[in-house]
Amino acid sequence: MTNIRRALMGATALCVSALAAEAQTTITIATVNNGDMIRMQGLSNHFTDAHPDIALEWVTLEENVLRQRVTTDIATQGGQYDVLTIGTYEVPIWAKQDWLLPLDDLPEEYNVDDLLPAVREALSVDGTLYAAPFYGESAMVMYRTDLAEQAGVSIPEEPTWSDIMSAAEAMTDRENEVYGICLRGKPGWGENMGFITTMANSYGARWFDTEWNAQFDSPEWQETMKDYLTMMNEYGPPGASSNGFNENLSLFQQGKCGMWIDATVAAGFVTDPDESTVADSVGFAKFPNKEGVDNHGNWLWAWSLAVPSSTDAPDAAKEFVAWATSQEYTQLVAQEEGWRAAPPGTRTSLYENPEYQEAAPFAEMTLNAIQSADTQNQSVQETPYTGGQFVAIPEFQGIGTAVGQQFSAALAGQVSADQALQSAQQLTQREMDRAGY
Amino acid sequence: MARAVTTRRKSINTAIAWAIGILIFFPILWTILTSFKTEAEAISSPPSFLFFDWTFENYAAVQERSNYFRHFMNSVVISLGSTILGLIIAVPAAWAMAFVPGKNTKNVLMWMLSTKMLPPVGVLIPIYLLFRDTGLLDTRTGLVIVLTLINLPIIVWMLYTYFREIPGEILEAARMDGATLRDEIIHVLTPMAVPGIASTLLLNIILAWNEAFWTLNLTAANAAPLTAFIASYSSPEGLFYAKLSAASTMAIAPILILGWFSQKQLVRGLTFGAVK
Repeated sequence: MTNIRRALMGATALCVSALAAEAQTTITIATVNNGDMIRMQGLSNHFTDAHPDIALEWVTLEENVLRQRVTTDIATQGGQYDVLTIGTYEVPIWAKQDWLLPLDDLPEEYNVDDLLPAVREALSVDGTLYAAPFYGESAMVMYRTDLAEQAGVSIPEEPTWSDIMSAAEAMTDRENEVYGICLRGKPGWGENMGFITTMANSYGARWFDTEWNAQFDSPEWQETMKDYLTMMNEYGPPGASSNGFNENLSLFQQGKCGMWIDATVAAGFVTDPDESTVADSVGFAKFPNKEGVDNHGNWLWAWSLAVPSSTDAPDAAKEFVAWATSQEYTQLVAQEEGWRAAPPGTRTSLYENPEYQEAAPFAEMTLNAIQSADTQNQSVQETPYTGGQFVAIPEFQGIGTAVGQQFSAALAGQVSADQALQSAQQLTQREMDRAGY
Repeated sequence: MARAVTTRRKSINTAIAWAIGILIFFPILWTILTSFKTEAEAISSPPSFLFFDWTFENYAAVQERSNYFRHFMNSVVISLGSTILGLIIAVPAAWAMAFVPGKNTKNVLMWMLSTKMLPPVGVLIPIYLLFRDTGLLDTRTGLVIVLTLINLPIIVWMLYTYFREIPGEILEAARMDGATLRDEIIHVLTPMAVPGIASTLLLNIILAWNEAFWTLNLTAANAAPLTAFIASYSSPEGLFYAKLSAASTMAIAPILILGWFSQKQLVRGLTFGAVK
């Protein structure tokens, strides 16, 4: 009898534990490897403590690997992930394909109206939010205040390209390996084309006219390329055609760049005294424009969390997305690691916080840059597309990279600016015709 | 005089061999050194070779963030599993091709090799869909199958080359003595081809260990091997070179040690039958 009772109790215990295990939902989160995301992973025990019924599995990958991986999965409805980290490029395209679940049922305390309007708009389709921004960025000028002073130049808060070119000339000191300006040159739609497209926008250029005809033969593009190549060849570092974000960050942190124009997220790195040798002498200015063109590039990117429609745990996934992009999470980061580490560029309340303003000297310029980015009107000319430093069409990854290779070749001196533009025009037109635009 | 010339030539050859060896090994050495630097030192210019503040902080950070052991075990299971399964299929196949060749054997061999010429991304979507429908996505079984199929042509080719060096008369003699086909392969052929089989085994373990397309694209959290572990430390926005180097060192260390201890076997196997 005792044995039977023991066996029954054992079986009951097993059933209970099996049910408990079943009651726990595991969600798999695909994310990119950068400081803010790693911090989120480190702090996620606060989420699981508050939600014991949800377990988290992390898949952290390099940005380009992640993009290929999640694109394959979502396009085939593989269902491997419950939360995806994607950007402003993917969200509108994937939402239109019904690959993402709308985030129109976020709890009231999430305070969706606190999201920066430009970011919210970039992540919405027809007014419905499809991804929650985790951190946002635009582009701006970062410059060495000490070198500018030494060279006797001042950089206005809203510089024009002429201001930038003359400052670059004045700050260049090749003998001491100080280069007036560092810009992206490595080919790729998210590499050099991120910068060059933004620069072209600020020159009044556009990728396509309203009939989807490529516009690389326009005078605006010719002027953009001429000035880009002049700056890089005369005042830029050697081997610039293989420099991307990281290479320029490294050069700037070691005091070898007078100016660097890139993503606002870099401000946190170049002013970090643990990493940067020039942390106390960095100034910030708005992304330049050409005289007479009312356009500062419209660079806008927000790494965001989205829930794919192929998930089998939509509620748990949305719960996590709401937590990781909430005001409560920002407070948690501030409490654990200080206000400087708070994920930037997503919420108005962060920029109204005096503690954050004090801890992050770049806060105001970052906010200005993000707020002035208009992703619906990328160029001063009329366009059939939206975007910013990219064109939000599925074909852009391929076309952007191919054009980027032409421009990088021009920077390396393998072809002339005119040849590069001509090739870009031909290949873009061919691909667009083939895609049926 | 002739001896002096020979000695000098030998020394020159040795020096050239060392120089090439160091040149090939240098990137790995540099990765190992970088893993002991701070992130700031990792990017400093000019770079410091040995005189920097050695630190283990990157290893600690990597260990804290990732479950190395899980990735390691996945790599072991996937590389060993696919190699052993590959050998089980390839030994009889290579035996047939080496000892009872048909008129199309050469064509079959060439056709098998041609499958290696297709860029893997070309068949990513069909294989992904097959895996999705059969529930093999993010499983070790799935990766063992796909890596077996990918490395099978190399295994068959290597074994075929080794088996061709073994005189057919020995197998015939065994048959005359009443050996069955199974006995012939297991008890006669295999022992004679051990160096070749061992080097095939080792080379395929290394190839499977380093395979970084399918192992990244067909896994998520459960079956991700060390290649995914490395990929999680690379970043286009932010400098994580020291941590990436630490992760890479941890990922290559087991295979480096295996290669070091089995180098004699590897060289013996690779040069098996080279001098006729």
